Amino acid sequence: MKILVAVKRVVDYAVKIRVKPDKTGVDTQNVKMSMNPFCEIALEEALRIKEAGFAKEVVAVSIGPSQCVDTLRTGLAMGADRGIHVETNSSFLPLTIAKILKSLAEFENPGLIFLGKQAIDDDCNQTGQMVAALLGWPQATFASKVVLDKDKHVATVDREVDGGLETLCVDLPAVITTDLRLNQPRYASLPNIMKAKSKPIKKMTVQDLKVDVKSDIEILQVTEPPQRKSGVMVSSVDELIDKLRNEAHVV
Amino acid sequence: MHRFLVKLSSSSNQFRSSKNHRLILPLLPSSKPFTSSSSVSSSPPRHSNRSGYPYLVELFQKISPLSSNSRTLGVNGRSISSEAGRESIEYDVLIVGAGPAGLSAAIRLKQLSQEKNIDLSVCVVEKGAEVGGHIISGNVFEPVALDELLPHWRQEHTPIEIPASSDKFWFLTKDRAISLPSPFDNKGNYVISLSQLVRWLGGKAEELGTEIYPGFSASEVLYDASDKVVGIATKDMGISKDGSKKENFQPGVDIKGRVTLFAEGCRGSLSERIIKKYKLREEVNAQHQTYALGIKEVWEIDESKHNPGEVVHTLGWPLDPKTYGGSFLYHMNDRQVALGLVVALNYHNPFLNPYEEFQKLKPHPAIKRILEGGTVLQYGARTLNEGGFQSIPYPVFPGGAIIGCSAGFLNVPKIKGTHTAMKSGMLAAEAAFGVLHEGINMNTYWDNLKDSWVWKELYAARNYRPAFEYGLLPGLAVSAMEHYVLKGKVPFTLKHGKADHEATNLARKCTPIEYPKPDGVLSFDVPTSLYRSNTNHDHDQPSHLRLRDPKIPEKVNFPEYAAPESRYCPARVYEYVEDEEGKPKLQINAQNCLHCKACDIKDPKQNIEWTVPEGGGGPAYSLM
Repeated sequence: MKILVAVKRVVDYAVKIRVKPDKTGVDTQNVKMSMNPFCEIALEEALRIKEAGFAKEVVAVSIGPSQCVDTLRTGLAMGADRGIHVETNSSFLPLTIAKILKSLAEFENPGLIFLGKQAIDDDCNQTGQMVAALLGWPQATFASKVVLDKDKHVATVDREVDGGLETLCVDLPAVITTDLRLNQPRYASLPNIMKAKSKPIKKMTVQDLKVDVKSDIEILQVTEPPQRKSGVMVSSVDELIDKLRNEAHVV
Repeated sequence: MHRFLVKLSSSSNQFRSSKNHRLILPLLPSSKPFTSSSSVSSSPPRHSNRSGYPYLVELFQKISPLSSNSRTLGVNGRSISSEAGRESIEYDVLIVGAGPAGLSAAIRLKQLSQEKNIDLSVCVVEKGAEVGGHIISGNVFEPVALDELLPHWRQEHTPIEIPASSDKFWFLTKDRAISLPSPFDNKGNYVISLSQLVRWLGGKAEELGTEIYPGFSASEVLYDASDKVVGIATKDMGISKDGSKKENFQPGVDIKGRVTLFAEGCRGSLSERIIKKYKLREEVNAQHQTYALGIKEVWEIDESKHNPGEVVHTLGWPLDPKTYGGSFLYHMNDRQVALGLVVALNYHNPFLNPYEEFQKLKPHPAIKRILEGGTVLQYGARTLNEGGFQSIPYPVFPGGAIIGCSAGFLNVPKIKGTHTAMKSGMLAAEAAFGVLHEGINMNTYWDNLKDSWVWKELYAARNYRPAFEYGLLPGLAVSAMEHYVLKGKVPFTLKHGKADHEATNLARKCTPIEYPKPDGVLSFDVPTSLYRSNTNHDHDQPSHLRLRDPKIPEKVNFPEYAAPESRYCPARVYEYVEDEEGKPKLQINAQNCLHCKACDIKDPKQNIEWTVPEGGGGPAYSLM
């Protein structure tokens, strides 16, 4: 079985971000970028499944500018066998990414597609679900535990939902998106980083995959949240009700 | 300390030899250089045909071998042994630290390698997650060394774009700025971000075939049986706070070099150990090193106030006449200005808080009018050398050399150390090349240093800083004499005063200093500033700040010196909190650390030892 893992290059989680002065987006120039933490967890799970003998190959795929190769190299250093870089300078929204991944899945025929549950830059939490729908595959999102049954060709997944934990059994091939508690990703060791240099990364374009990238959504403006105003001390309950009614208009 | 790798490969015989036996395996065909994590790479790296791939060295020991459960991994037909022992990778030259000195050395080595058509494998390890991530400096860059190293830089697109256009010098009082004749002459120099320049240098080094590995911290020096340095060991990753191995434990590796160059920057942790071990200061009768702490912010200001290339230095407010230091304000491009305060660490009053002094500087009318309406983009801090000529240790030791600020080549009156660091790296590279291929001695590095402009420059500048031991006015008077008349041509060399950590007076003899509260617009509290440094460490690891005697903070630092570490640390790493009995107890927030090394320098009993945390941690500077 082959496992396809989608990894996204995002602003590092510890970096302080700011909005570009022209309000078109977040300033990513001269900013440290890393692999999305949930994608790292997804890759780690795929590697563990391969090491347990359930899969033959783990393929990492990233969609974005030329620097995505760095992210793929990190993935290869962690243990992925090969990488696919769909090169584009546009910043795609989840539906387009899902269409690209669908096209890749039809090409590569994986038994499992792993994604992080969401990216820490847009917090969309949509791509995994959309890929499953486009492919007509079952999905198990927010996975906190994944157990494969090779004979029955199913995966039993514990999902972290608002009410607690839900256990699903999905037929393979399936799409699984990973949550924080699934595993702790391994560090890429220096010898592995060196070995990763010789692992192949295939470059593709959206034209190669015959995907229509026209987006239905246009981002009009990105602004910082309004500055938090300081609170006001009130002297009595009456004054509080008065303020809530007449100033804040919430009662 | 020795590291033995016990070889367990099933593919070769077990030797029973009486000494460590080294098996050198043949050269591998070249492979494309790799840029790991998110390091620099603008264009696909070009690569020479025979890059000199690392050797894999296996050592084995006569003492009973470990169990034979080794995994042998094939790498292009070679086997590596990785049992509970550590893996070992060998290069011709190993460089610790990807800063200006380290990268200049790497570039020079690869240039020589191409010129003479001799293969050289060069590896640079860097504790920052990216090349340039731990680089912070003023910086008004003097391109003299770069002109020698990469003369075509001027025809290329580089981060060196803004020529210095003016040299202002102000004496600040609480409300006024008095213009004085400038002791600086920055004509021909450039206002840059050193972090950006280092990233560019990293790209150049990789293009030439250097292997750079960011995210790996060198935690120990490796020695052979004759006490010669043979390389470094990277730090184990994935160790929990209590010392146990986490599920993602990854042992470090031994990286060996036939020559090892230490380029860790000011107060480099391994460099300090080497200097002590081989008594490198005593060797040339050098004085102790003296330091200053620089705290810096990059602001994005109003277009109307921005004047690219403007260079301002100040003296006076907010520092008192007994404390040496001053501020800088450099206009970069993109509406950015670099603003910082440098405070010499031989200050006397333990209540002095360099971070708060910096916050006091910003509301000064002359500074405020530039910053008003602007926002802070990044914050950071780092110590720098002020010892100059008198403090340069003998930089050569068995197995390698020390380059850049780890040795200490900063020109204090110019406040520039980048150009001399780069030149020292280039000279060490030339000497190392000679060691590897012509059989000469590494001492050639020292000889060439003394024959170079670095020596001439530092010699001429040697008396400026020590004159301030006598006070601000005598210091200024001597500086004026030196600058206009003497230019270092005097028969004497002034000595430094006490070492920085010894200069702190007891708290009871000093007056506490009241610092104003931050206003959130020009001045900020430490957590807000720290957030802007993008610093982070995995919290579940042992603290990298080691106390030699864990009782000293509560016994000495707190009662005698009013806890100076809680004041000079620009990252609020050290805090005293009340324990269950209401007594003050030191809490070390190692996660905040900016890797500035102030604590290693200024702790009165030298009780704090700064060691490397897990690789990849620390600040993420990009504009500094």
